Amino acid sequence: MTTLFHLSHIRHNYNGRFVLDIDDLAIQRGELFAIVGPSGAGKSTLLRLLNFLESPSAGIIRYKDQATPPLDLTRQITTVFQHPILLHRSVHENVEYGLRLRDQRNDKQVDEIIARVGLAAFAASAADSLSGGERQRIALARALVLNPEVLLLDEPTANLDPHNVSLIESIIREENEQRGTTILLVTHNVFQAKRLAQRVGLMLNGKLIEVGATKDFFENPKDERTRKFVDGEMIY
Amino acid sequence: MLEIISLTLFVSGVALIIATIIGVPLGAVLALRRVMFKKIITLILYTGMGLPPVVVGLAVYIFLSREGALGWLGWLFTPSAMITAQVIIALPIVIGLTTSAVENVNPELRLQIRSLGATPNQVMWTILSEARSGVVAAIVAAFGGIISEVGAVMLVGGNIEGSTRVLTTAIVLETRKGDFGLALALGGVLLTLTLVTNFFLLRLNKR
Ligand SMILES: Nc1ncnc2c1ncn2[C@@H]1O[C@H](COP(=O)(O)OP(=O)(O)OP(=O)(O)O)[C@@H](O)[C@H]1O
Ligand SMILES: [Mg+2]
Repeated sequence: MTTLFHLSHIRHNYNGRFVLDIDDLAIQRGELFAIVGPSGAGKSTLLRLLNFLESPSAGIIRYKDQATPPLDLTRQITTVFQHPILLHRSVHENVEYGLRLRDQRNDKQVDEIIARVGLAAFAASAADSLSGGERQRIALARALVLNPEVLLLDEPTANLDPHNVSLIESIIREENEQRGTTILLVTHNVFQAKRLAQRVGLMLNGKLIEVGATKDFFENPKDERTRKFVDGEMIY
Repeated sequence: MLEIISLTLFVSGVALIIATIIGVPLGAVLALRRVMFKKIITLILYTGMGLPPVVVGLAVYIFLSREGALGWLGWLFTPSAMITAQVIIALPIVIGLTTSAVENVNPELRLQIRSLGATPNQVMWTILSEARSGVVAAIVAAFGGIISEVGAVMLVGGNIEGSTRVLTTAIVLETRKGDFGLALALGGVLLTLTLVTNFFLLRLNKR
């Protein structure tokens, strides 16, 4: 296994208040790693740092051994945000956007991805007219079309009905198993983490309390707080 | 008459194009990048938006007069001087309104398009395109300001028949001569020109 990301002594503050404190974490190439934790724990903040959209207040994040990776490396990483914002353009143009940035327009690929998330009928529609769940699927499509090496997913099924949750989960699994995409999945839903991930981490108040293989994490948690969270007893 | 109309369009058109090419990117940079003294720059811009055109005319006049720093250009009482004055009047309007249009685009969007691989320049152009209607409004406002302006073009152009007479200065002249009918007709032409130009500018809104 090769390490794709390595985080050491990461601390991150907003307005003098620390929101993230990770001493040591490695993310392996090809793994599907889920992070669960209550609201405000720092999960989205971690994804912003991993995408190099913000620099940590202290500490170093290496991607492929580089602390400040150049554009061609950072372009291998993309995020599906918790609250995706689409451009005031058509669905097709939204999905095509990242390819355009790379001068790699490809209508066929764009259409295929839109169909894959079940929105073929909407390709020509204005993105503004979509429902919340449809937007979220377009946000996934505009990331997938880039064939990323690393996919950071922030609550990708939060606005979806059960049918679409299983559609998106199967896409996530396919990406990871067939294309070997490294995936970091942030989710409130411990069952989703259990269904999809090979490794799970619990984040509380900016700290990773426990990280373990999915089976151990759910069946033999080392930390009392993990057991409470998994059993749904944690009050937050 | 045709000569006056085409000179009016030429002077204000060229001034608007120059102000747009300089002002729109500057406005975007001011909104998107960390800029030193941003508060002070904004204050100066907003003051510039309310600057009396005749004061701009006076300043341009002084610079372009034979003893002035730019006197060697020989631009005084030529269309170039009028364009210069109008660019100065239009710039703060274009920059200021572009900045506020760009600032109104959700800042979270910048992060999301960077995550899709946008370089800083690509971020700027995408956000400008998202702020399109506000940017067009900035250009329309600037055009309205300069094509209807009379004080500055009168001072630096001199209202010379056949070379620097535009619609607004012609209106002033005809009114003074007591030819209200002609003055009114010229006013009607000015309004029509503005209407037609704005019609085309607004088409930029939808693409
Ligand atoms: N840009 C910011 N400026 C100031 N504070 C911020 C900013 N972004 C996040 N925070 C704070 O950092 C903490 C962690 O936020 P974060 O969004 O990472 O949590 P989260 O685990 O993703 O929560 P949720 O499950 O609700 O999405 C919160 O207390 C939040 O208020
Ligand atoms: Mg979050």
